[in-house]
Amino acid sequence: MESRLTRYIWKHTKRQQLYILLVVALSMVPYFLSFDLPKQIVNGPIQGKGFEDPGATQLFMPISLDLPYFGTVQLFEGIPLDRMHMLFALSMVFLVLVVVNGLFKLYINTYKGRLGERLLRRIRFELVDRILRFPPQQFKRIKGAEVASMVKDEIEPLGGFTGDAFVQPALLGGQALTALFFILMQNFWLGLIAALMVAIQALVIPRMRRKLLVLGRERQLTARELAGRVSEIVDGIGTIHAYDTSNYERADIAHRLGRIFKIRYDLYQWKFMVKFINNFLAQLTPFLFYCIGGYLALKGKLDIGQLVAVISAYKDLPGPLKDLIDWDQIRQDVQVKYVQVVEQFTVDGVMDPKIQAPATEPPPRLTHPLSAINLSLVDDSGAKLLERVSVQINPGETVAVVGRTAAGGDALADAFGRIIWPESGRVAVGSDDLLELPESVSGRRISYVSSEAYFFYGSLRDNLTYGLKHMALRPATYDDVRMKERRWEIAEARLAGNPDYDINGDWIDYSSANVKEPDQFFDAILEVLDAVQLSSDILDLALRSSMDPARRPDLAERMIELRQALGGVLAAEGAGGLVVPFEPGRYNTEATVGENLLFGTATGPELSGTAIADNAYFRSVMTSTGLSNTLFEMGREIAANAVELFSDLPPDHPFFQQLTFMTADDLPNYQVMLQKLKGRGFAEATREERLSIIRLSFLYIEPRHRFGLLTQERMAEIVEARRQFHEGLPEELRGALETYDPARYSGSATLLDNILFGRISHRHPDGANRIRSIVAGMLKSRGLYDDVLEIGLEFDVGPGGRRLTSTQRQKLNLARALIRHSDYYILNRPLPGLDHRLQDEIVRSVLKLMEKDGRKPAVLWVLSNANLAPLFDRVMVFERGMLVGDGAHHELRENNDTFRQLVS
Amino acid sequence: MLLKDEVELLRRVPLFAGVAPAKLKLLAFTSDRVNYAAGEEIFHQGDSGDAAYVILNGTADILVDTPSGEIKVAEAEYSSIVGEIAILCEVSRTATVRAASPLDVLRIKKDQFLKLLIDFPEITIEVMRVLADRLSHTTQELTLARSQLKASE
Repeated sequence: MESRLTRYIWKHTKRQQLYILLVVALSMVPYFLSFDLPKQIVNGPIQGKGFEDPGATQLFMPISLDLPYFGTVQLFEGIPLDRMHMLFALSMVFLVLVVVNGLFKLYINTYKGRLGERLLRRIRFELVDRILRFPPQQFKRIKGAEVASMVKDEIEPLGGFTGDAFVQPALLGGQALTALFFILMQNFWLGLIAALMVAIQALVIPRMRRKLLVLGRERQLTARELAGRVSEIVDGIGTIHAYDTSNYERADIAHRLGRIFKIRYDLYQWKFMVKFINNFLAQLTPFLFYCIGGYLALKGKLDIGQLVAVISAYKDLPGPLKDLIDWDQIRQDVQVKYVQVVEQFTVDGVMDPKIQAPATEPPPRLTHPLSAINLSLVDDSGAKLLERVSVQINPGETVAVVGRTAAGGDALADAFGRIIWPESGRVAVGSDDLLELPESVSGRRISYVSSEAYFFYGSLRDNLTYGLKHMALRPATYDDVRMKERRWEIAEARLAGNPDYDINGDWIDYSSANVKEPDQFFDAILEVLDAVQLSSDILDLALRSSMDPARRPDLAERMIELRQALGGVLAAEGAGGLVVPFEPGRYNTEATVGENLLFGTATGPELSGTAIADNAYFRSVMTSTGLSNTLFEMGREIAANAVELFSDLPPDHPFFQQLTFMTADDLPNYQVMLQKLKGRGFAEATREERLSIIRLSFLYIEPRHRFGLLTQERMAEIVEARRQFHEGLPEELRGALETYDPARYSGSATLLDNILFGRISHRHPDGANRIRSIVAGMLKSRGLYDDVLEIGLEFDVGPGGRRLTSTQRQKLNLARALIRHSDYYILNRPLPGLDHRLQDEIVRSVLKLMEKDGRKPAVLWVLSNANLAPLFDRVMVFERGMLVGDGAHHELRENNDTFRQLVS
Repeated sequence: MLLKDEVELLRRVPLFAGVAPAKLKLLAFTSDRVNYAAGEEIFHQGDSGDAAYVILNGTADILVDTPSGEIKVAEAEYSSIVGEIAILCEVSRTATVRAASPLDVLRIKKDQFLKLLIDFPEITIEVMRVLADRLSHTTQELTLARSQLKASE
């Protein structure tokens, strides 16, 4: 990129700059005309010059040109008008000029704005494009948030400057020169004084501004570092909590903010100081005119008329001059910003754009061996990771790499994955250097997986198919309105030097996954998920997520069928009482009293959480049925029980977890309340007491808490209150409650809750797990498994995949490579956190999946567990950066000591 | 069966007989009520133990694996406790317990029981007393058996 901003702007916008300069020049014509017009109106029709005789007329708008050689050419003779008509005609011309000037201004500003925004878009894109082409080691030195703040904030003022980069100095410089010229015309010597003062301003001010530039640079760097530190705090929040270092972070941030404040304050001080001096110098000139010019005039050495003319001509000079100096300040400011950013993005060894150029043809299969030739690798500190290793992996060969951690095998895999670039030697496919092959070949025909998985914000499915999105293969279909927008997008992208790939198109390369039709794609996904044992995790995610029945009415209906069949299946499995279903008109003993009363899910704020106690309708039902009295008595007994059980336990005792209806801190309050309520009933209790006591009974579950409070009569009372509550539910509350209906799918509940439509009994050991496996079995036998899994694939993985467990992330990481059909798979300890048994199973199933349908890709698997080596054709043993063994498993077992130690 | 009935029942278990009813109520409240169908295993010989079970209703068979197959060595019923050794020390289950009829049990989890012992030393003393009783009883029986063995030699 160009090192100077003005050159960069000129290079990309010179035609537009020249054009806008022309438009500005053109706009000067009506602008100056409108200056002269008021004088004409005042002198002519208003004061009556030229209309001295009643009935006199003047010519309106005669246009003539004085041309050399031709003499005067009359273009328009003019219309004779009397005084009144002349006034209106001239006023109308004035109005027209006002409109024309305004329109010019609007056009010029819009044009400049657009020019600036396009350039901003271009430069932002160029920066991100560079990030995509940085050599890998660069990423060990930069902080993501700092780079983001450069791309986003630091570049921003450039857009505003672009439009003014050339127009402003031309315009203002012209104005200032004209003014100076006029002064010189009036009186040469006084004019010279003015010119001298301008020269002093032009010399002194920029010098004083140098310090401003230094401060500006510091401000930029400190602000960028602050952004980096804030993102570090976000990323490292777990560590901060774990080691109680939050105050250290506070101190660091406060210190940085203090430094930024100091810089900014210094900046203000200087800025206004420079402004003061600038203004002073500008005012010095008229002082000289008044003082010296006046003295000379009084002495009779200078004509007074000339002095007055100079002074009045001078008033046009300071305006443009000040603007010009301000423009220069902005120019230097953005120039500094630009240089600061460009320096950061100028890196040695940036990849050639050709390497990442989109491939129009599917890349050819790699039929040549993948090899490392005399390869040496070093880490960031310069320590040797691998020393002069030459190996070759033939197509179709499976190779296990074993060794202790950091023995060199991982580094070799990283080199094949292009994560580390060779220090010496090279990595090649056949005779081509791997780093010179386009990424459309090396990034598709070779799949690399490391233990450090990164996931992008989006759904599980997005991340699983991420490795297939090389190009927009099928354009999105647009309606007319959207098509127009799309065409506009393309045109704009091109004007700003951006590519016009369509993000809304279908990017998934199904042929890479060896699938003919998109609708067979799901089978391929399933296979892969099974191989890495992720399917059951996804099924669980699906069962815990909710689904909008309007989007999948068919599936919702099947879920209801499943719900109805569940009872029978449970009975057949000998687990009849495992789920107690919700039945209208019956009390569900495994659910809380509150759930039984509401018998539905609160979907609006009116009935959810504690708000229900304030709801007038709910309270009226409670009172009219007499239930509040019953619940109050129940709550009082619950409180008494809790106080009896827990009063002599320390507040942090783990037993309090069993106390689902109150916290340890509430206990003393209830103790006091019970004392106060002794001998008083519901009628005498205060509103707060009623609320606190009744709240307890809402969370009561008889089989769990076993205080013996729910008699048949009380249950009947609650069911009756529920019936009345539902029947009289006023119109405005209908949207706030979704009642349990055995025949309806509820969009606000999870899939599992919808299937169970009841509560898992507290009386069964391991009930939740049993029910899950029974439900999974039912889904499979009814052919619903795939549909439900698809819902699970919509699970949002969170930033960096943080909503998944680390085991799930590792499995997903492997799965998204497996779904691609490559010729080489480089798997660099992909499953470090998994236990040995699981690793063993996954390695076997992955190798089996790769060889499905007669495929025979080559595999280089850096194993965490050397005992899995017999599963591979060939084994490489690394120690201290060197290859110390290479051969079939049984050979190495006989004659390689290092290998024997590793497997023993 | 309610909490207070469970307390009554716990008092009949020798291990807890001397513990104050209020503490037994806390023990009962923090334990789970669990049902087993006939034939269901409560735990298997060799598993690591994490809970003791007090039978509230029904009967359970206590079985031991031998080279010749499973042998029923005893039967546990109403108010008896099984698996209590596992919540006092780290041993794997010495026998299998299987429900002989629909079974209703109170599952006393190991960490909760230990927590109770730590917080209320009076319970610990009671439990210790029972265990010491058992030990002296076993010692007596052992001495008797040894002397009988010597006499028969």
